[in-house]
Amino acid sequence: MLQPRLQAPRFATLTAVGAGGFVLIWTAAALAGLTSREFLPTPWDVLQRFAQLVVEPFAGHTLFVHLLSSFQRYAMGFVLAVVVGIPLGLLMAWFGWIDRIVTPLFEAVRFVAPIAWVPFAALWFGTGIGGPVLIIFMGAFPPVLINTYRGAKNVDRKYIEATQMLGASNWRAMTQVLLPAAVPSIVAGLRVSAGLGWQSLVGAELIVASSGVGYLMVKGQAAVSTSTVMSGMIAIGVVGIVIDVALRKLQQAIEARRGI
Amino acid sequence: MATIQFESVERVFRQNGTDFVALKDVNLEVREREFVAIVGPSGCGKTTCMRMAAGLEHPTGGSVKVDHEVVRRPGPDRAVVFQQFALFPWKTVWDNVEFGLISLGVDAAERKRRIEHYIGLMGLGGYERAFPHQLSGGMQQRVAIARAYVLDPKVLLMDEPFGALDAQTRVVMQEELVRLARQHPRTVLFITHAVEEAVYLADRIVVMSRRPGTIREIIDVKTIRDAENWDQHARIEDVMDLPSFVHLRTHIWKLLRDQLGADVH
Repeated sequence: MLQPRLQAPRFATLTAVGAGGFVLIWTAAALAGLTSREFLPTPWDVLQRFAQLVVEPFAGHTLFVHLLSSFQRYAMGFVLAVVVGIPLGLLMAWFGWIDRIVTPLFEAVRFVAPIAWVPFAALWFGTGIGGPVLIIFMGAFPPVLINTYRGAKNVDRKYIEATQMLGASNWRAMTQVLLPAAVPSIVAGLRVSAGLGWQSLVGAELIVASSGVGYLMVKGQAAVSTSTVMSGMIAIGVVGIVIDVALRKLQQAIEARRGI
Repeated sequence: MATIQFESVERVFRQNGTDFVALKDVNLEVREREFVAIVGPSGCGKTTCMRMAAGLEHPTGGSVKVDHEVVRRPGPDRAVVFQQFALFPWKTVWDNVEFGLISLGVDAAERKRRIEHYIGLMGLGGYERAFPHQLSGGMQQRVAIARAYVLDPKVLLMDEPFGALDAQTRVVMQEELVRLARQHPRTVLFITHAVEEAVYLADRIVVMSRRPGTIREIIDVKTIRDAENWDQHARIEDVMDLPSFVHLRTHIWKLLRDQLGADVH
């Protein structure tokens, strides 16, 4: 009992020391005058720029509109990854022959980083919506597939035997036994996949011409405005945390409901 | 109803390049509506026998037939009650019992009628919407038994179904199974290592020895039970006090004990 009580405030203190120290060193470096303020703005400069971007349009839109447009693409890529990844993972876990066809292809393709799909996506889709969706999909898809497959493969043998004994069709075996049994693993995969998909976003938006946080950052770079680029990074970080917290809550709710 | 036939069944496992004979020369017929229990020390292959009848494992020699047809794969005509229940934790009691009926293509009205009947019979009324983890072990095994009986299978296969229950619950479940088995006789193959359980439940008992697993003796309990009218007693302890019961139990104990001795030397 003694140790956790001592450790809780210590943890908070260390976090504050870490964050405070980072801001302090950053501010000192910016104010030291070794570089121009445009090249290395102070934290306060960045916050001011951030607030400005919220109300004033830059690169055609306000920050909120850029975020919304990014989030739409992100949602499309992520949903596509889920819609393809979960059924494919279940099929691979239930039918050995599908597993043997898909696994070698998947293993080869998954080492091509999402960002490495940018040139291909640009060639195929130009500046259309398809490019970013493809890149986000490539980031989000592997964890969904892998976790669905592993979760379904690791289902306790006794449930598989009961399923066979009860004469379930392939469809019912996959949807009513493998899928619910794999839910904890799938949700864990969704969290990883949501993060990777969001990380792939800026790469995706480098090839989009008109809107999005990535586009805003590219324009900020062109205008040699470090504070604009950093504001975009902050926005990406904050939204990323929000997505992760939301999915963690979902995971906890599911685990609580199952009495885990 | 149907019969279960084991004809010269042999099961050989290959382990690290050497053959390990788990079952040898097993010949047994479980007759229609007969309750047969297999007892034996652990490792004698009794569970393997049941799993072969279920189609979850296959003999390496001889054949296992249910209703005169060679068993090839698991199916709802051979309902299994597993030792570890194997209820789907994400489904309610009702949905667990209904699962196999849907595979059989039974229509909704008939499903409802049958499920209600067996839920009532197993004393599960009021728990239809409960999830397995909300129930005690005994209640979970009742669900598993209802899930098997509701299929109206050709044969019932039970693999130490009460092995995971505490002693008091086990006694209650044994009494209920006797009631069920005497009222609605079915072809049952029951695996256990508990001698008294076997004598109390079965019409015939198959005593197995191990290494390799073979049938040592088949004992007719039903003739004695009917002659001594065991079923007039509702409670297991009253039956267990009868001299005829004690005699059978001791006989089987000695058969198993000889095994143990042979093992030590």
